[in-house]
Amino acid sequence: MNPELGLFALILATCLALLQSVVPLVGSYTGRLRWMSAGRSLATGQFIFTLLSFSCLVYAFLTDDFSVKYVASNSNSLLPSIYKFTATWGGHEGSLLLWILTLTGWGQVVALRSDKLPPELGARVLSVLGMVSVGFLLFILVTSNPFERLLPFPVQDGNDLNPLLQDLGMIIHPPMLYMGYVGFAVAFAFAIAALMGGQLDSAWSRWARPWTTVAWCFLTAGIALGSWWAYYELGWGGWWFWDPVENASLMPWLSGTALIHSLAVTEKRGLFKSWTLLLAIATFSLSLFGTFLVRSGVLTSVHAFASDPERGLFILAYLVLVVGASLTLFAFKAPEIRSKITFSLLSRETLILVNNVLLVTSCATVLLGTMFPLLVDALDLGMISVGPPYFNTLFVPMAMMLAFALGIGMMLNWKKGTVSWLVQQLRWIFLASVIGGVAFGFMYGDKFVISEALAIGLVIWVVLAILKDMYNKTRNASNLFAGLKKLKPSYYGMQLAHFGIAVTFVGAAMSTGYSLQKDIRMNPGDTVELGEYAFRFDGVKEIQGANYMANAGIISIFKDQKKVTVLYPEKRVYKVKGMPMTEAGIDGGFTRDLYVALGEPLGEGSWAVRLHIKPFVRFLWLGAMFMALGGLLAVSDKRYRVRLKKKAGIRSKTAKGKIAGKAVAGGRA
Amino acid sequence: MSRVEEKGKKSRLKLFVPLAFFMTFCILLYVGLFMESKKELPSALLNDPVPEFSLPTLKKPTETVTQADLKGQVYLLNVWGSWCPACKVEHPYLVKLAKKGVRIIGLSYKDEDADALRWLQRLDDPYEFNIVDKEGRLGVNLGVYGAPETFLVDKNGIIRYKHVGIVDPRVWVEILKPKYERLQKDAIQ
Repeated sequence: MNPELGLFALILATCLALLQSVVPLVGSYTGRLRWMSAGRSLATGQFIFTLLSFSCLVYAFLTDDFSVKYVASNSNSLLPSIYKFTATWGGHEGSLLLWILTLTGWGQVVALRSDKLPPELGARVLSVLGMVSVGFLLFILVTSNPFERLLPFPVQDGNDLNPLLQDLGMIIHPPMLYMGYVGFAVAFAFAIAALMGGQLDSAWSRWARPWTTVAWCFLTAGIALGSWWAYYELGWGGWWFWDPVENASLMPWLSGTALIHSLAVTEKRGLFKSWTLLLAIATFSLSLFGTFLVRSGVLTSVHAFASDPERGLFILAYLVLVVGASLTLFAFKAPEIRSKITFSLLSRETLILVNNVLLVTSCATVLLGTMFPLLVDALDLGMISVGPPYFNTLFVPMAMMLAFALGIGMMLNWKKGTVSWLVQQLRWIFLASVIGGVAFGFMYGDKFVISEALAIGLVIWVVLAILKDMYNKTRNASNLFAGLKKLKPSYYGMQLAHFGIAVTFVGAAMSTGYSLQKDIRMNPGDTVELGEYAFRFDGVKEIQGANYMANAGIISIFKDQKKVTVLYPEKRVYKVKGMPMTEAGIDGGFTRDLYVALGEPLGEGSWAVRLHIKPFVRFLWLGAMFMALGGLLAVSDKRYRVRLKKKAGIRSKTAKGKIAGKAVAGGRA
Repeated sequence: MSRVEEKGKKSRLKLFVPLAFFMTFCILLYVGLFMESKKELPSALLNDPVPEFSLPTLKKPTETVTQADLKGQVYLLNVWGSWCPACKVEHPYLVKLAKKGVRIIGLSYKDEDADALRWLQRLDDPYEFNIVDKEGRLGVNLGVYGAPETFLVDKNGIIRYKHVGIVDPRVWVEILKPKYERLQKDAIQ
């Protein structure tokens, strides 16, 4: 009964979504307030039924209901319960349901907070969100029903979850990523609502900005988690592979980053309005496109995902409908929201424009690299291979230019700056970065590597520029502490995120340029030196896991004769799929990771062992964390809640203070 | 007045650029979706000999092989890399095929030798030997655009078929096996 209940709830959610996409919208054009506010309760209903449906699927997994096809192919009775839970989104159907749950969840939050918006805007935003979820709900119902039964012949036991996904990182990675992807749907809905109303003022940007930033934070964290997972679970020691699936998440991140910057200009200066709208549309479109890429099978033949042209066709039709319609709307309505404010060539506006151009170009580069094989093939020009070489040669220089522009942009004021000011501010910083970068290049490692020296120079450049800007901003205060206290959270958030960029640069440059690695045959008792560490192989022991058997190597690591740690890299064989898996042994450290993976037994107790020393590799993810935290800090700024408090004040007067406490509490949330 | 209007019109047209771009893009995706049959080798390379090369082998890096060394028997040329997740999925089936006696020669494509060797140690080795194409030059000449890809080559070194993507039981039984067996029969005659 339970799976049927889940399906039924999903159908009900679809009906509510249909209503949500029509009723509030019609209300906003005919001025019917009740129709407009219906959007909120519809969004709530949709969320509740989707949640119910998702719970049914989780329940089916937890109770090993192998009569459900999706459960049978993605779970097994031996699977630990925590992985039974996460297996819910381990395959196409379930992850799609999670996607929808996230979408309706965002819709619910928007609905809760939409009473602060002008009623027409709120109604339209909710309607657009309704339309987005109708598409996905129909997609899951028509092509990918997760509740399909294997009756009358259910299997005895399930096929087990892919061992690669039996991991804690995988538990939070997809939800994070979806929060990001789907969060951009809210930014998109705001953009479409603005186009419908033909109005885009700074109040609009103040509403739209926090949503976009929060979505961006989630996406940042999600991508970082994915990269972290690849690093320790795939056992290759790499952290980014330019795989189409990774690219699918990187593209919306790049255009989303452009969007949050462009939104800043729109809010502060009332500029770049149509550009901001276009970016909002593009960012969400790229999120949709990522879904298409991963699930359609367009690139399947090259990479391992379930291929299904029917699903692909559905998403493509949906993509054409959603994006095509919004771009058409954009083309007709954008002239209404043009701004006529000017700014001089040397100003923060220009530098943000540079930032946007670079980000959009790198996004286009990634898109081209991902799609190129297909394009060339479609034009019948033969076949060409595109891989990391292409991406690295194009993407890395652009990232570096971006970091350079960041330093300049931070120093410039809005509207108008002068060359002499810029030179005066930045000359010492520039000099210090050049000297620092060159000195680093000569001192670190065996030989001078230009790209690493350049990267470290840019790190110094960005960090010093941040410090200098903070100094400038606090100079006039009575003392440093008072000055720092005056700066707003949004300012700190911005600088923290920018600092995160510098930190990530350190991680990327150091781990790419100065990693040490050795593949070697080791007998028990053998010691191998790598860098300043000595690795001693103490043999192998057998481990019995819940659903796997493993050989765990014992490797003691010494530095200057002192024991640093003991690592236990494992080689597992999962029982059901018979799939061998490597679990690397990692000793994480602030300045270096020691990374050990176990290979094959080579007879007589000796094993193939792979040893890595990866300097500063953790900075990659640390930087990403700073970026995400910076974004959250920026959102916490009071100015996004000012309006709301004012309103709360008025309301509390009329209600004679009865609900004042409640409103204030709401304002704090 | 008219000039102003004209200017307005022009800038309005500009706003349709994103839409036009997007629509073109979608057409490409649509074509891609139904390109399954076209994913076979383009006619340019089909029935051509394997391009010339002289590259080291994986397990004996000091020795080099050329296209001439491969002739004499029908074989599958499998392009793979340890960086390629799909290859990992494909690999067990290749091992099975090799055990059945199918001759498979590997092309270690844009990979680090150490990674590739470790892979073979860990997952078993179905290859007669592996050609190391670190820079991917042979790959480009072959028209490889990703991994895994598998070429069916006859005893005279002529490419007869190319499969893009994973070779699984379905692909083998439905597509490759009939061709492979026919070529083998031809080879005997």
